[in-house]
Amino acid sequence: MSSATQPSPLRSLSSEIPYLSVFLGIGTLFFFIVAILTPEPAMRVHAFIFLAAFSAGLYALLMQLQFGKTPPTDTYNLNVAKAGVAASAFWGIAGFLVGVIIAAQLAFPALLSWETIPWLNFGRLRPVHTSAVIFAFGGNVLLATSFYVVQRTTKARLFGGNLPWFVFWGYNLFIVVAATGYLMGITQSKEYAEPEWYADLWLTVVWVMYLLVFLGTLWKRKEPHIYVANWFYLAFIVTVAMLHVVNNLAVPVSLLESRSYSLFGGVQDALTQWWYGHNAVGFFLTAGFLAIMYYFIPKRVNRPVYSYRLSIVHFWSLIFIYIWAGPHHLHYTALPEWAQTLGMVFSIMLWMPSWGGMINGVMTLSGAWDKLRTDPVVRMMIVSLAFYGMSTFEGPLMSVRAVNALSHYTEWGIGHVHSGSLGWVGFVSFGALYCLTQWLWKRERLYSFALVEWHFWIATIGILLYICAMWVAGITEGLQWRAYDEYGFLQYSFIETVEAKHIPYIIRAVGGGMYLTGALIMCYNLYMTAKGHVRQSEVDGANAPAANPNLVPAE
Amino acid sequence: MHVLLSDIAQTFGLVLFVVAFALVLVYALAPSNRSTFDRAALTPLDTEDQNHDQL
Repeated sequence: MSSATQPSPLRSLSSEIPYLSVFLGIGTLFFFIVAILTPEPAMRVHAFIFLAAFSAGLYALLMQLQFGKTPPTDTYNLNVAKAGVAASAFWGIAGFLVGVIIAAQLAFPALLSWETIPWLNFGRLRPVHTSAVIFAFGGNVLLATSFYVVQRTTKARLFGGNLPWFVFWGYNLFIVVAATGYLMGITQSKEYAEPEWYADLWLTVVWVMYLLVFLGTLWKRKEPHIYVANWFYLAFIVTVAMLHVVNNLAVPVSLLESRSYSLFGGVQDALTQWWYGHNAVGFFLTAGFLAIMYYFIPKRVNRPVYSYRLSIVHFWSLIFIYIWAGPHHLHYTALPEWAQTLGMVFSIMLWMPSWGGMINGVMTLSGAWDKLRTDPVVRMMIVSLAFYGMSTFEGPLMSVRAVNALSHYTEWGIGHVHSGSLGWVGFVSFGALYCLTQWLWKRERLYSFALVEWHFWIATIGILLYICAMWVAGITEGLQWRAYDEYGFLQYSFIETVEAKHIPYIIRAVGGGMYLTGALIMCYNLYMTAKGHVRQSEVDGANAPAANPNLVPAE
Repeated sequence: MHVLLSDIAQTFGLVLFVVAFALVLVYALAPSNRSTFDRAALTPLDTEDQNHDQL
């Protein structure tokens, strides 16, 4: 287009606008037809959601055409990262809140099951919680940080004009469709892959565009070497695309209905699902957030990563080993024992890259350990690595078949997942959000460091309450399930093992509530920082870390 | 199927993984790459100040 000779309003526009407009136009028409013809009320709701989103997107594009407003090409595209920060904060609160609600439902089932309201049934709210925290909160953090980091480290503007915005809004549309679907009872019952076929297809389109934006930006880079954080982001994007497509292969009942049949059945289905499920942990919740570690920790403490060479070995060994670990979710099932053993062996091998990466992140502080004391944001990110080390030690341990015999299907698994997600993914994300808000909105400092301290301590204590309660509950019920009396009968009825968890469930709900409280404090702090406020008492008083650059650590 | 897969894994697969890992080590530790990596490690730091949006 730039080579056009005659002046035309289209000349200065990015080349993706016509394609995007046609795509959104056809989509609008399609969902209009579906909304009219579908026999299924829930599907009609979703058709209208798509219809509204597509026509809004079309309207935004046409407005650009109308006013000939083109995205600038000589600056970084930071607005899309800002939108990602805001969306992360919103979905974080939503996801944590639903988590606290379902934790309370488990603690007080008689009081909180609300049987007359099917939308608020535990079985429907539970995937809302998991998808909201993993994909909505975590996913938006990954979008925001990856869009920011790839631009800063390649010194190039995001590729594709409006495409990054398409990715951002398209991804969040997927989240809305997924969450409303769960509430209305639409699910294909694959854990962490509950959305039905049409939502999956939509996410595939969005994800391919995400890959295109990322690769296009790398292609335009002005730095010869691709910084290691971008390797991790790229591995995350490519692998999630592969996992998502394969695990969701299905045949819809009809184009007008939400239901579909999976291409896999029986143990093949189970293995595909846990190949997907475990690599969602390995590549979504680990590789993506390790990318955050490799950019934000060095940047925040202003020191290069401890060992760049270790980061290369870390990268390749992590991605080559993780992909094989999934079968450890299927110990003592119909899955052949050799496949179970394979999953277990690769899980144990994961100790190496996991701890290598963790050490690389923590040791980046060598020579600047005082930051742990003076900068609560740094402390948050380093503690996230401590939790990462802990849960990546615990995970391989639990993958050993003999240990799994005790831990599997118990609350221990829930505790393990939450030490990784609340401790590692959550804290490194909070650290990145604090940094990003300050940098994107061009603020000298955060609104309040004291509030970061409050966030840190409330959330840390909340996590500890959570995981300790789940260890107690899990090991208790695991031991009860395998206890026999002197006649060889099971010693405990199932309901007795549930009753035994009542107090740990209450403690867990309190821990989750504290974590939510910390996140609310963070959101207030981020909002005030973005608005450009600084808490007055911290500027005047001695309680201002940034105002005391002369503090020198004792040797 | 199991025999076939485990035969591949225990011969070709094993060799492939060891060689791949060795290649990664060679790439990471090669003295000739030292300056590249030393420069790369500074990438997040040398991007001037965060207040600058111009490319």
